[in-house]
Amino acid sequence: MAIFSVYVVNKAGGLIYQYDNYVPRAEVEKTFSFPLDLVLKVHDEKVIVSFGQRDGIRVGHAVLSINGVDVNGRSTGDGKEILEFLKDSANYPVSIRFGRARLTSNEKLMLASMFHSLFAIGSQLSPEVGSSGIEMLETDTFKLHCFQTLTGIKFIVLADPRQAGIDALLRKIYEIYSDYALKNPFYSLEMPIRCELFDQNLKSALEIAEKAGTFGPGS
Amino acid sequence: MWTQPESLNSELFTLTYGALVTQLCKDYENDEEVNKQLDKMGYNIGVRLIEDFLARSSVGRCHDFRETADVIAKVAFKMYLGITPSVTNWSPAGDEFSLILENNPLVDFVELPDNHSNLVYSNILCGVLRGALEMVQMAVDVRFAQDTLRGDNVTEIRMKFVKRIEENLPAGDE
Repeated sequence: MAIFSVYVVNKAGGLIYQYDNYVPRAEVEKTFSFPLDLVLKVHDEKVIVSFGQRDGIRVGHAVLSINGVDVNGRSTGDGKEILEFLKDSANYPVSIRFGRARLTSNEKLMLASMFHSLFAIGSQLSPEVGSSGIEMLETDTFKLHCFQTLTGIKFIVLADPRQAGIDALLRKIYEIYSDYALKNPFYSLEMPIRCELFDQNLKSALEIAEKAGTFGPGS
Repeated sequence: MWTQPESLNSELFTLTYGALVTQLCKDYENDEEVNKQLDKMGYNIGVRLIEDFLARSSVGRCHDFRETADVIAKVAFKMYLGITPSVTNWSPAGDEFSLILENNPLVDFVELPDNHSNLVYSNILCGVLRGALEMVQMAVDVRFAQDTLRGDNVTEIRMKFVKRIEENLPAGDE
């Protein structure tokens, strides 16, 4: 769990592969009675807590499921609007699960394209000629490492800031890509990667990287 | 850094390539057409092979055609075919050179019959080189100048630099 996710971006900036490796984040399920003491609001097609932190439910957590049924954006599984549903006292007691909202695949696509552009801006901003693009982005909770091959494909790994050996991991992922994606004749270049062997080998490479922190020669 | 490829019987490779060429000859019945198909197939191999090459060797970007020639002859050919051709016959402008292959693993045991005198048996190599270099933003023209199968003493591949491909340049490369 020290390596959070892997993204592979093609030459044009489109996301062709994404893998999330984090342990399910803290999710809290509680039964509530009317009236609800959390203030909820709709944000970005999700219902999130805007005020009223308690018992592990934090501001910013999204409603993930109601009464065991996963929600669909702003509506419950059966299509009712969540906020309307929760205003009606007849629906209580209700059991709601809160947690940090996951990124949807569309959001990931958008973020990958955005990163592709920022990567290019990084190299243009540089005072030195011939600088590379963004190689690392650091925040207090994670570090994003990016490796661009000579052919323009980018391999991006989000990991714990203390995780070592990510450079070697990025090279290893490049090798795995050249083996299990490219050598599969049915895989078309620049298209989303849907190769089982690629997934499997990537997962084991991530496990090795997390444990050992580094790759030995010839592995 | 270099992983040794598992050893595959090179004779199986020669047989496989031979079966491929003869089937193409039967299907197209025209040497020129077969040459074109081999080049196309080689191109598809080249665009994939380049990533494998870059992932396994640690060569960086080549800054001129001479560097490219050296890398192709000394690293790439050695890695994939186990041979090291020599680089000669540079044009005065430095944009064209020849690779002289003493022996060619593709043509072990092969003799070209008279009715296929226009067939460039190893044309797949031209496609591979063209496809691979195109993926690193270099447009090249590759052809066989001499071929031992057609009676010459050595096999000579002539490579000409056409231009740098500026579209889709990866960010950070000037």
